Amino acid sequence: MEIVLIFVCGFLTSISVYLILSKSLIRIIIGTALLSHAANLFILTMGGLKTGRVPIYEKGVSNYVDPIPQALILTAIVISFAVTAFFLVLAFRSYKELGTDNVERMKGVPQDDDE
Amino acid sequence: MSWLHIAVLLPLISALLIPVLYRFYKRIHLGWFVLPIPFVLFIYFLSYIKPTMSGQYTEQSAAWMPQIGMNFDIYVDGLGLLFSLLITGIGSLVVLYSISYLSEKEQLGNFYCYLLIFMSAMLGVVLSDNLLVLYFFWELTSFSSFLLISFWRHKEKSLYGAMKSMMITVFGGLSLLGGFILLHQATGSWRIREIISQVSDIQSSPFFVLAMVFIILGAMTKSAQFPFYIWLPDAMEAPTPVSAYLHSATMVKAGIYLIARLTPIFAVSQGWIWTVTAFGLVTLFWGSLNATKQQDLKGILAFSTVSQLGMIMSMLGIGAVSYHFEGADSQLYVAAFSAAVFHLINHATFKGALFMITGAVDHATGTRDIKKLGGLMTIMPISFTLSIITSLSMAGVPPFNGFLSKEQFLESMITVTDSGIFNLSSIGLLLPIVAIVGSMFTFVYSFKFISEIFLGEYTPDKLPHKAHEASILMNISPTILATLVIAIGLFPSLVSAPFVEPAAKAIANVDTVHAEFHMWHGFTPAFFATLLIYIIGAVLLLTFNKWVPVLRKLPTAITLNHWYDQTGRYTPYYATQITRTYMTGFIRNNLVIIFFMMIAITFVTLIFVPFSLDFVKVSPVRLYEMISVITIIVAATMIMFARSRLFSIIMLSAVGYSMAIFFIFFNAPDLALTQFVVETISTALFLLCFYHLPNMSRYNETTSYKVGNVLISIGVGTVVTILGLIAYGNRHFESISSFYKEHVYDLAEGKNMVNVILVDFRGMDTLFESSVLGIAGMGIYTLIKLRAKHKNGYERVEKIEQAKK
Repeated sequence: MEIVLIFVCGFLTSISVYLILSKSLIRIIIGTALLSHAANLFILTMGGLKTGRVPIYEKGVSNYVDPIPQALILTAIVISFAVTAFFLVLAFRSYKELGTDNVERMKGVPQDDDE
Repeated sequence: MSWLHIAVLLPLISALLIPVLYRFYKRIHLGWFVLPIPFVLFIYFLSYIKPTMSGQYTEQSAAWMPQIGMNFDIYVDGLGLLFSLLITGIGSLVVLYSISYLSEKEQLGNFYCYLLIFMSAMLGVVLSDNLLVLYFFWELTSFSSFLLISFWRHKEKSLYGAMKSMMITVFGGLSLLGGFILLHQATGSWRIREIISQVSDIQSSPFFVLAMVFIILGAMTKSAQFPFYIWLPDAMEAPTPVSAYLHSATMVKAGIYLIARLTPIFAVSQGWIWTVTAFGLVTLFWGSLNATKQQDLKGILAFSTVSQLGMIMSMLGIGAVSYHFEGADSQLYVAAFSAAVFHLINHATFKGALFMITGAVDHATGTRDIKKLGGLMTIMPISFTLSIITSLSMAGVPPFNGFLSKEQFLESMITVTDSGIFNLSSIGLLLPIVAIVGSMFTFVYSFKFISEIFLGEYTPDKLPHKAHEASILMNISPTILATLVIAIGLFPSLVSAPFVEPAAKAIANVDTVHAEFHMWHGFTPAFFATLLIYIIGAVLLLTFNKWVPVLRKLPTAITLNHWYDQTGRYTPYYATQITRTYMTGFIRNNLVIIFFMMIAITFVTLIFVPFSLDFVKVSPVRLYEMISVITIIVAATMIMFARSRLFSIIMLSAVGYSMAIFFIFFNAPDLALTQFVVETISTALFLLCFYHLPNMSRYNETTSYKVGNVLISIGVGTVVTILGLIAYGNRHFESISSFYKEHVYDLAEGKNMVNVILVDFRGMDTLFESSVLGIAGMGIYTLIKLRAKHKNGYERVEKIEQAKK
């Protein structure tokens, strides 16, 4: 199963890198969101997917899945959520201010065009 | 600290106080307050003559940074003392001269501050025994001379000259530092005397040649040797006292000092002898040839200085031959050292005076252009007399001191061809020839210097001011120097026993040096060479107007200045061009570089580092997990091809929810819960912005653009996959989670391991994760609430949208 998931991680990374390289700001943000999914899945996979019990302590049981990657992913999910939300609002605002979401056109200081 | 340390630092300390004095007390010319400083130092250094003559030396040391061996070690021997006396003696005369030269309207505070810094720096260079301290003072001389050259900051040429001298001397200074570090590597000491005593270590070390090249480079740039002389003529934009002091008597001799000081280390090398001699002679020839065609008095003197420095340098090179002989044979070549030291003194006297006379002429007439000057003989009789004495000394005419040293110079150039080592008897025959030809031009420009100013017709209408004799105050310093020129010429023993012999002894490897200079040697080869110089020099003078125009018409493309300027112009240009190739300002460009490097470095590492794969512990594939996998793959692919934003947002949520389902499959209930909630909120957020967001336009992506992106994304995906496989296939030790599994209840009183890790075992992470969330929240709030209050804010987009409709 792990090998399958590693390939899925690679695939997700490919897709997100492709999106990040595009010109539209929205596609870039979706790409970063996708990249964080790939990273979370990667952490989980690397921790090992051995079948075990849910990591909730019960007396006399020792066969749990590894809780550390889960704690790490939990932290990562929250942080990536915060960053994605901030990026999204930033993109929204810059689109409002600059009138474009094409990153190729976002160069230098916007000129005041007095019409 | 000792008196010697205080002597070296005294000008530096006064450099702090003098400008303060200037600020509050302006009635008396500031120069009068500065004058006692070099004078007192001069008297102080005179007291060292007696011990140095008897072969003793004085050493003083003060700890500065002992951890790195940088101590303020001072060492006074014949060579250091000679330079110190030149610096303080000519320094006093220059300060005296500057009192009449600079009016009180100038920024005297700045001028004397820079000059005193320079004086300290120069004393530090010649008296330091520690290479690091020497380097420190060396750069301080570059720095203060930069300030002095650009003293008239409003003139563009001053700034150009200052910049040029800074670039070239600092280039040499850094190379010098490299050489010093190599010397330290070879011997483990920073002290020059210790290094010289361990000279065999250096000579056998692999750094020998490299250190030699670096040090010669440093000395040649400072002493304006070919091809680095180009900064000196441009440094003539400085006030004339500065030119007289820095660019004739002191700073330009720092390189000569260094070569002389380190001769005991490098003299064994044939490369050293040949480089120093050959470059010195080329400089002698090239400088004197160019001096003849200058139109500016200071230009003549600048090139003349270049040429004379080359002469001294070549004598130091010849003197190094003495290290290969013993006894009387050695003495034959040591004579070149004493000639070099002797000419050093002579050059300082006559060149300092010549600069001061030029300044006086400039002051009196308002110009230094030889085309406008002429016929000042009767108007400026004192200056005329002084310049006759000093110019003829420069030309090498008896009975002045220049004659004695030039005779000795020719003598040593001719003697060295008999030495029979290092090809000196074959190719070495060129040495006296170049020396004689160079001296002919020296003869020409020295006479030209006199005749252009003082002879010919007086043309008052061409001159900016009405010419008049310089003030007495202005003539004191050159008169003292000219008196010295005659005195040393007639009685060379005045300087030979107290100065020349101890200094030559410091350079040479012999215990006793007998320096005697005579007006008449008999019919020696040097005598005939001098005669030849006079005759051909006279012929060249008579035909001056026939050959000099040819020299002046030489194309600029073959001058070194042209190449310097081109380098200065094109280096920034090409640097900008190169920077522009990768700093395009497009975000995609930077990302491509980052991703490409990631791919490249990973693959290079994979090729060179062996690895193994071992999938023993892989868990079985289950059907329902595969369904999630397929969902994720399909949804992600859909995003890539999506044309509408709503579709792509929904597909992104599909990936997110599938992730949550994965978390359920793999027994991570907290993760699944969080993922569901977060995914819902993000989707909501995307949908909130939905109305305002533009469509998923591709912005005319060309095929090559797409292909490049696809290649890079496939590459990154492959890198991630391969790294994942390798990392998973090489487990080295067990997880530490067994500790948490065992102690979650008895240590932390909780049963949910993930939660206990988050808030108890590793609570710090959670604290800052919450901070991240808080900061993002505040950032979003700020972004939405605080808007730029300019008219094109939100309205701009609305205007555009309206226009589209």
